[in-house]
Amino acid sequence: MNYVFLVPLFPLLGFLINGLLALSLKGRSDEKIPGKNLVSWIGCSSVGLSFLTSVIIFFKLLALPAGERVVQKIAFPWILSGSFHIDIGFLLDPLSSIMILVVTGVGFFIHVYSTGYMAKDKGYARYFSYLNLFTFFMLMLVLSNNFLLLYLGWEGVGLCSYLLIGFWYEKKTASDAGKKAFIVNRIGDFGFALGVMLIFWTFGSLNFTNVFENAPQVLAMGGGLVTAMTLLLFMGATGKSAQIPLYVWLPDAMEGPTPVSALIHAATMVTAGVYMVARCHALFLLAPFTMGVVAVIGAATAIYAASIGLVQNDIKKVLAYSTISQLGYMFLACGVGAFSAGIFHLMTHAFFKALLFLAAGSVMHALAGELNMQKMGGLKKHTPITFWCFLAATLAISGIPLFSGFFSKDEILWKAFSSPHGHFLLWMVGVITAGLTAFYMFRLFFMIFLGKSRMDPQVESHAHESPKPMTIPLVVLAVLSVIGGYVGIPQSLGGSNRFEGFLSSVFESGHVAAEEVTAHAPSAEYLVMIISIGVILVSIFMAYRFYLKNPGIPKRLAEKYKTAYGILYHKYYVDEIYDKTIVTPLLNLALFLWKSFDVLIIDGTANGVASLAGWASRVIRKTETGYLRNYALSLIFGATLILVYFIFR
Amino acid sequence: MEILIFSVVALMAVVGSVLVITSRSPVNSALSLIATMVSLAILFLLLNAPFLATIQIIVYAGAIMVLFLFVVMLLNLSKDEFGPERRRAQRFFAILFSFLLLIGITTVLSVGTFGSKSVESSSDTVVPAGVEPLARLLFTKYLFPFELASVLLLVAIVGAIVMAKRRL
Amino acid sequence: MVSSSAYLMLSAVIFVIGVLGVLVRRNILVMFMSIELMLNAVNLAFVALSRQLGNLDGQVVVFLVMAVAAAEAAVGLAIIICIFRRKKSVNVDDFNLMKW
Repeated sequence: MNYVFLVPLFPLLGFLINGLLALSLKGRSDEKIPGKNLVSWIGCSSVGLSFLTSVIIFFKLLALPAGERVVQKIAFPWILSGSFHIDIGFLLDPLSSIMILVVTGVGFFIHVYSTGYMAKDKGYARYFSYLNLFTFFMLMLVLSNNFLLLYLGWEGVGLCSYLLIGFWYEKKTASDAGKKAFIVNRIGDFGFALGVMLIFWTFGSLNFTNVFENAPQVLAMGGGLVTAMTLLLFMGATGKSAQIPLYVWLPDAMEGPTPVSALIHAATMVTAGVYMVARCHALFLLAPFTMGVVAVIGAATAIYAASIGLVQNDIKKVLAYSTISQLGYMFLACGVGAFSAGIFHLMTHAFFKALLFLAAGSVMHALAGELNMQKMGGLKKHTPITFWCFLAATLAISGIPLFSGFFSKDEILWKAFSSPHGHFLLWMVGVITAGLTAFYMFRLFFMIFLGKSRMDPQVESHAHESPKPMTIPLVVLAVLSVIGGYVGIPQSLGGSNRFEGFLSSVFESGHVAAEEVTAHAPSAEYLVMIISIGVILVSIFMAYRFYLKNPGIPKRLAEKYKTAYGILYHKYYVDEIYDKTIVTPLLNLALFLWKSFDVLIIDGTANGVASLAGWASRVIRKTETGYLRNYALSLIFGATLILVYFIFR
Repeated sequence: MEILIFSVVALMAVVGSVLVITSRSPVNSALSLIATMVSLAILFLLLNAPFLATIQIIVYAGAIMVLFLFVVMLLNLSKDEFGPERRRAQRFFAILFSFLLLIGITTVLSVGTFGSKSVESSSDTVVPAGVEPLARLLFTKYLFPFELASVLLLVAIVGAIVMAKRRL
Repeated sequence: MVSSSAYLMLSAVIFVIGVLGVLVRRNILVMFMSIELMLNAVNLAFVALSRQLGNLDGQVVVFLVMAVAAAEAAVGLAIIICIFRRKKSVNVDDFNLMKW
């Protein structure tokens, strides 16, 4: 346990070494990238070693008795300024141990996948160094024991996201997407920073233990201060985890390499917001208003994003909206007080969403970079492994029983229905969204792999399965997507929900009981489960009819409901609205300030000082007349002055 | 009696100095300067410094002014001044500051007290006159400045010759 | 006997007249003569004060001042001759190479 600092240290070292290699290999654009093997080994093994360490730590933590599974390890003091004391400290408890397992585990497989996917890219070393740096920051984020270090990790992953989205920076859309991600994130981070400052102002400390243990005494339940605090923190979460209103960067982020989308925008970075809310549950539980806001925004985002995903034709965009939607589920869970359900869904989502992205990458690899679903179909015979893995993931995300997604999503829906913070409407929205999710995922699946081939014949002739470094992670993640849910089988179905039990020590800390068990009959839970399964099966059937049996139906529906289709297709025109109302005015303001203030006043002052000196010297040098008599006159003048001075003394 | 001589000679000196600065021709200025120096020599006599009076006539009026006249002759200057004064401000300020200077000096002189001796003390017995006391002082207390002065004169001679010759 | 202050006043007047001469005249020789005038005025002041204070130090100073004045006059006139050879003029305003 003393070696917890190794967990983030390995990726940091990987970043440094690979970064130096990237700099020294820069500018060499030949096909055989030298040092590639070394870079791959360093990049993957650093995360791999991190994963091993995380596993060891997890088992060590498990060995401790249930009530004492909280370990704080301080590496060294970071800031000591008067009473402001921040350490580089690590907090190990069930929550953070699960997070590091997910981050390093899924991260490791994505690194391995990238060795195959990015094999021919000339920025290979740079890619791995960024990926390692990202892993480092993410691990710092989830392991930190205080708000400031968490914020460091928070900002760091935002930076790496920018670097990786704009990885192919020569492409304008990619660099624009990177900028958009960073700037939108920044808006959320601003709120987050204000929240952190408010916490410091209230508690005098940023250490988690200090804040959370003192929270019930210091803050009034439902008071303005705690509501403001949590709302500001949540604002950061909406930016980082792509909820309404700050989700707009995530679809554009698909410009980055597909493994990046898998790691950052599916499994890890976007879940930072959920982790943060779960970590600060003590504060959130004291602010029922914020909990309501979180739940409503989560639910609204879920259904909103799912509706957009229904009609997109780019496979990565569909997956991006799906991510936003599933994140909405996680926030819905947190908002109704079911924090462990939210984390459970975070874990299963990491498995199947990463798998979906990697499989999409495999599809693109097979079809030489094709992204448009309308140009695919019947790929099953060309890429069988990808086919089965994709199927596993699709079943998981749709919430089909026995797959991991079923258990986690169902847990959320049940808690949305039954929890004292929950509401019938929230549950309803969740069920509808589940239906939509199943529909668009199976739409995706059918359009790519089954039915008649709409592929370009040239492309079809070259379609082939991906190499082993790419398919092995797919298989591993597929297995996890299937069995990953079994740690969380709810009691109603006979399981012991070990996941929730493991996390209960975290979420029952403090004096506020996180998950009050309300007296609902078990039959209610079964009913809820059956309704959602029913909805899902209907959606899958509809998808089957629309896209396999009768491919003409979608076209006819699109014609009939042209405006609705247009709105959905154009993502409710939100990007355009934001551009008109926010981006353009701000840009104009900046230009105006530049021209009037910067150029006029600041440059004017600097130049003015110089011209003042010039003017002064022009005036003063007139005394250097060269005339003897003038000099004599000034002599006499001085003498007279001295005399006068002495007279008046 | 003494006062009469003083006033006459003083008047002569002032008139002479005014003529120095206002004459058109440099020769006239030089001659007026000689007249001023002679009146100053008479004043030295009145002040019980016969040696200095003699030296003044011999060195100043006799050597230095003759040198001046030689140079005036060498430069072969005409009588006229050179065009109107273009720097009028110079003239105005010169007169102003000179006037202020005069006022300042006179104020200082009238306000200050010089030494403890009163003016009315008899001076003849207290102040030795003549060459011998002066020489005594010169060769004992002020020996060093005396020697320096002689070196200075040597340097001046050499310098003047070096600068003024046409070709070696 | 005449008070020292009369002599000092006279000395002041002659000094200021000399200053005026330096500042107003343009002929360099006349300027030089005005400087000699100033030196003489100072000599008068020294002698007057020496008489008042009752010792001969003032007179020694006058002696040395005269020596210095002689040296200075010689060298100064030599310089004037040099300049005149160059510029063919004794107008002080023509000697303005130090102008900015």
